[in-house]
Amino acid sequence: MDTFLGRYKNLIVLAAILFAQIIGLAVQVRRPAQVGETRLIRLWAISAVTPIESAVVHAQQWTQHAWTNYVYFRGIRRENRELRAQIEQMKLDEARLSEDARMARRVQTLLEFKEQYVESTMAAQVIGTSGSEQSRILYIDKGARDGIKTDMAVITPNGIVGKIVQVFPASAQVLPINDQFSGVGAVLKDTRLQGILKGSQNGATTLQYIMSDEKVEPGEEVLTSGGDRVFPKGLSVGKVASVEPGKDLFLNIRVVPSARLDQVEEVLVITRIAEKMPDAKDLAPIRAADILAERLPTVPTKPGTEAAGTPKPAEADAASATSGRTAGGTPPSQPGTSSANKPAAATAGAKPTGGTAAPLKQPTTTAVPASPAGASKPTTTTRTGMPPSNGTARPAADLQPPSHGEASSSPRKAQPPSDATPGASQDQPAKPPGTEPPQP
Amino acid sequence: MSSRVMPYRGSLTSREQIAVYDFSWPALILIPLVALLIQIFIPAKVRYFPIIDLPFMVTIFFAVARRNPISGCLTGCVIGLMQDLFAGPNHPLGMYGIALTVIGYLASSLGVKIDTENPGSRFLITFVFFVLHQGIYFGVAHGLLRQAQLWSWSHVAVSALANAVIGLLVFAFLDRFKQR
Repeated sequence: MDTFLGRYKNLIVLAAILFAQIIGLAVQVRRPAQVGETRLIRLWAISAVTPIESAVVHAQQWTQHAWTNYVYFRGIRRENRELRAQIEQMKLDEARLSEDARMARRVQTLLEFKEQYVESTMAAQVIGTSGSEQSRILYIDKGARDGIKTDMAVITPNGIVGKIVQVFPASAQVLPINDQFSGVGAVLKDTRLQGILKGSQNGATTLQYIMSDEKVEPGEEVLTSGGDRVFPKGLSVGKVASVEPGKDLFLNIRVVPSARLDQVEEVLVITRIAEKMPDAKDLAPIRAADILAERLPTVPTKPGTEAAGTPKPAEADAASATSGRTAGGTPPSQPGTSSANKPAAATAGAKPTGGTAAPLKQPTTTAVPASPAGASKPTTTTRTGMPPSNGTARPAADLQPPSHGEASSSPRKAQPPSDATPGASQDQPAKPPGTEPPQP
Repeated sequence: MSSRVMPYRGSLTSREQIAVYDFSWPALILIPLVALLIQIFIPAKVRYFPIIDLPFMVTIFFAVARRNPISGCLTGCVIGLMQDLFAGPNHPLGMYGIALTVIGYLASSLGVKIDTENPGSRFLITFVFFVLHQGIYFGVAHGLLRQAQLWSWSHVAVSALANAVIGLLVFAFLDRFKQR
């Protein structure tokens, strides 16, 4: 017996160590850690390593900061000029987008949509990784002490990064979207097709569960759908890189993430998401018809028409077309197109001011149903290609103004004479032939 | 300081006696820790660093230098479990532990038979053991845990080549900690 043990001592030790580890694996598989629960040994190990990593990262940051801010000034004037130009451009964009956002909020109020607002975020520094190819876990330098909890979304200004899976006192683990265990509810921006974005072992991300008979083009943007209850709806995920027929009747859509997941250094953790109605304190007296009217060019009052009463529809068309050239600076809309299909900045010039809008608003108000649902439902269906979902998550960034093509052209083309009864116009809202909502 | 000379009849090298090195306790503890810290820190800054596996190299280095199968598999087990600790909640403890235990055992057993001071043999050992390491990990993940794993020969070959080249530099650096 002693001879046997002595002769096979090495192999026996090897077998014993392997056996112990396999038993340990079996125990972990049998009793997996609950969500948010951390094994004590991991807690100790990560808590021991985190201060070292944080110190190294912050020392590196400090050195880099000192170099770039106090020593290395080359090209800073040029950069300053570029940034100023960028600010000017962004001011123009902001003016245009704020107009659209106001419009969107009004429509949301009318539809009683609840929005998901990112109420507060926390900046964090990536201090480490799992260190292996099989796991793409990231470590950030904020943890339970800073209010981080599991399932919080982690983003960058470019796009989403992942979600918090484990929290330690001074650090947290982030599961990036390209990890093989990750899954994110996603929607294609143009076609509004919903799927699940999954990572893989080699770091590629694919959008799954989209039927192979759907038309998806490379380059289309992918957004979060909000269905996973982790990421608010409408955040940028990435762009479609390639589309191939997959197995099981689904497309194999490869997505390039917007955020540089392999070189992410600073992230934002969304610590609070509020779900509330858009602020409607200044929107209450405005009806859907008024919103639509604001998009229309002003119409100068004609003494002749005032005297003769309401103009005939053809005359009204001509008048509005003329005023569109003069007030808005845009040519009149062709059937099937609209002024709102152009950048909103162009139409913003046509925003009615003061009393000039009144003559146009009045007949529009009678022509378009004043009830919010009646005014807004068709436009929402047009934009998304599907009926509005359950009324949850709908951020303003994602929500476009209600099909401007219809909004501005339908009152103009479909304006009945003022002697038309409102009830008749509600039953048959007239539309020009080219303004039919696109089918998904 | 304990460089011993161990006669071994089964040696495949031309030398009849193979040196067995020892290391100080601080080196035995700190070298794996530093390797692990670098392994989890650098990939956040360098994109393709995860294909380099420093804990694996340290395991092989200690195993072939000490030439003791028991200490080799114990070293591999400890380093592998430490690597498992940082790999995330979906990565049970023991996956790297099992792989590096076997690698440590085999490397120390092989170290008894061949000359591992030669850069050529070091290159070959690292290359072959890296492929074996990936195979064991794949077997544990796929066979024991039923995890979906991809196996790509080309990727494994490139990774093994990169590790073998970097391993030459790492081994040359770690040779300084051998006690003679």
